[in-house]
Amino acid sequence: MILCVCVLQPPPARYGGRHTVTLIPGDGIGPELANHVRELFRFCCVPVDFEVVNVDSTMASEDDINNAIMAIRRNGVALKGNIETNHNLPPSYKSRNNLLRTTLDLYANVMHCQSLPGVRTRHRNIDIMIIRENTEGEYSSLEHENVPGVVECLKIITRTKSLRIADYAFRMAREKGRRQVTAVHKANIMKLGDGLFLECCKEVASGYPEINFDSMIVDNTTMQLVSRPQQFDVMVMPNLYGNVVSNVCAGLVGGPGLVPGANYGEDYAVFETGTRNTGKSIANRNTANPTAMLLASCLLLDHLKLHAYASMIRRAILTTVTETRLHTADLGGQGSTSEVVQSIMNAVQSTGPRTLSI
Amino acid sequence: MASHSAVLSMSKIISPFWGGRLGNTVKVFGTTLTSRRNKTLHAPPPAKYGGRHTVTLIPGDGIGPELLTHVREVFRFSCVPVDFEVVHVNSAVETEDDINNAITAIRRNGVALKGNIETKHTMPPSVKSRNNLLRTSLDLFANVMHCQSLPGVQTRHKNIDIMIIRENTEGEYSSLEHESVSGVVESLKIITRNNSLRIADYAFQLAREKGRRRVTAVHKANIISGDGLFLQCCREVASGYPDITFDSMIVDNTTMQLVSKPQQFDVMVMPNLYGNVVSNVCAGLVGGPGLVPGANYGRDYAVFETATRNTGKSIADRNIANPTAMLLASCMMLDHLKLNDYASLIRNAVLTTMNETRLHTADIGGQGTTSEVVQSVMRVIQSKGQLISEI
Repeated sequence: MILCVCVLQPPPARYGGRHTVTLIPGDGIGPELANHVRELFRFCCVPVDFEVVNVDSTMASEDDINNAIMAIRRNGVALKGNIETNHNLPPSYKSRNNLLRTTLDLYANVMHCQSLPGVRTRHRNIDIMIIRENTEGEYSSLEHENVPGVVECLKIITRTKSLRIADYAFRMAREKGRRQVTAVHKANIMKLGDGLFLECCKEVASGYPEINFDSMIVDNTTMQLVSRPQQFDVMVMPNLYGNVVSNVCAGLVGGPGLVPGANYGEDYAVFETGTRNTGKSIANRNTANPTAMLLASCLLLDHLKLHAYASMIRRAILTTVTETRLHTADLGGQGSTSEVVQSIMNAVQSTGPRTLSI
Repeated sequence: MASHSAVLSMSKIISPFWGGRLGNTVKVFGTTLTSRRNKTLHAPPPAKYGGRHTVTLIPGDGIGPELLTHVREVFRFSCVPVDFEVVHVNSAVETEDDINNAITAIRRNGVALKGNIETKHTMPPSVKSRNNLLRTSLDLFANVMHCQSLPGVQTRHKNIDIMIIRENTEGEYSSLEHESVSGVVESLKIITRNNSLRIADYAFQLAREKGRRRVTAVHKANIISGDGLFLQCCREVASGYPDITFDSMIVDNTTMQLVSKPQQFDVMVMPNLYGNVVSNVCAGLVGGPGLVPGANYGRDYAVFETATRNTGKSIADRNIANPTAMLLASCMMLDHLKLNDYASLIRNAVLTTMNETRLHTADIGGQGTTSEVVQSVMRVIQSKGQLISEI
């Protein structure tokens, strides 16, 4: 078993120094936010071209999502909105987002939750990196009903994937200079499954002596998160706990509109909002918070090694949120999405040369 | 209800004599009766010996033994007509004799108060969690936790009043796991129609009894279809309670809403694992694991404990544990035994200490010790009047 020890290589820019990135608008607020991203990139002269692939969530056939997957294989990088999973459809209809993650083997979901100075929250000084196993665990979609009225859902934990995600977590902790990695589990009840996960984490931890490793049961973790979240540094966990913990952390720093998320695989990377909300109820009303999607696009630019552009846009976003304090409704303000985006573009324009007057 | 319990005790007397012979008839008869009885409050076991109840007490590990000693102290001080039958369960041995004794004792007495029994994960996987064994053998299908903001405790959120009803016997806690291929472990999560209907029915009945307006089902049905079955069962049951609003929410959104706006939730019903996480989040929101009591109800038995089931090994025997959760759990037990006066007396004393005297232990930011808090509770009881005895 060979683990990937090198840094993920971004695809080389072949055509005149410009990168092509797959864009999947998704449902709900996805399309409008994706448009704002494109607007901003064009304004800042970012050398990225978007290949738009629409995925229709109402169709039962998997053609759309297969096209999207092929496009991502071609380009290597993607930016996506969340594709809705209607739970009234038959169980044979798998979640499109899940299909995408498992087919492309995007095994690590990374979410960095940081308290932003301009956003008023009950907790301060939160800085947690959550690394969540993204392909197995409870999301295997393996279920059956042998006896009518009794459903068995399989949660799969494998040694290979647990070692892989643990290794990813420790490497990332080392790269970012973090001191502590906490594994979140429920091994007192799921002894074999989470026990295996925990064992793999301990093995990997022994290879990183400068980083402290400890473990915590998921229920205690969530309770500590709501009372004293400052104690956590880097957290690694299987899929379902990752879902819950990342949502709790997103809630603690200010809500789903602020945190970007990234899904990394060995060959591909897909960027989206951290909490993967479709936002159907606020779609097309110009009230959605564009921060999460725009910060996700900055993560995308960092991945493509276009660091100057990434920092420029990120600085502009943070200026708008913390100094100008132009907030959308979810943060308690009255700005609309387009006002926030305009403000970001103004901030970009005022900081320097590379702008395009529209 | 008296007639129901009389007939039930009659069927209890009949079965041992006739054993298998009348077996089926009595079982059917008994089942019909108990299913009718289900519609009303759970009948407590009748007080047989001179009006005193016998309750099984399982001290457990960590802070369990000291807290339960305090409970006994307070009960004796208040002249509560309850005798405790203490059953120790050693978590370090691999045999299941201890826990089986405890289960037999609970079957005998019908009611228990327990501390958490530690589950060491260094022991082989064949050693199942003792707490889990107890819950499944006695079929304590509903775990009920009532999280309320207490005025005297400083928290970031105020006015929280959430009842969490968690399915307690199946779901992810089936302990069914296997490793068919080395390095690949499959854990089974079981959701059944019967148990889902049962817990949904319990939730709606409880909501109706307590005059609650809304029940929210928490699930992850967009990924896990087993939760789809759970949701469907909840909807079916909801149609029979038109006075109560029913809605559902995905677990990740639920946890996020809980940390931003917990006041929107009223009653929540959910499968086992989400129940664990959500109840811990709520306990954290109202002030921590030392404040909230929990109850596990089955058709025939009831077991009371702290809601977040912490062993508290790191604070054991240091006189700093918060006794509130365990004392409030014992009040819930007294309510279950229909000793409501004693229950209110002790509960008011605990809440007075918490809110007015503001004597807090370390976990809620105070400097009191466990014994100081208990002393204060007893002083409040003494000042209230009649029902005391000098120690």
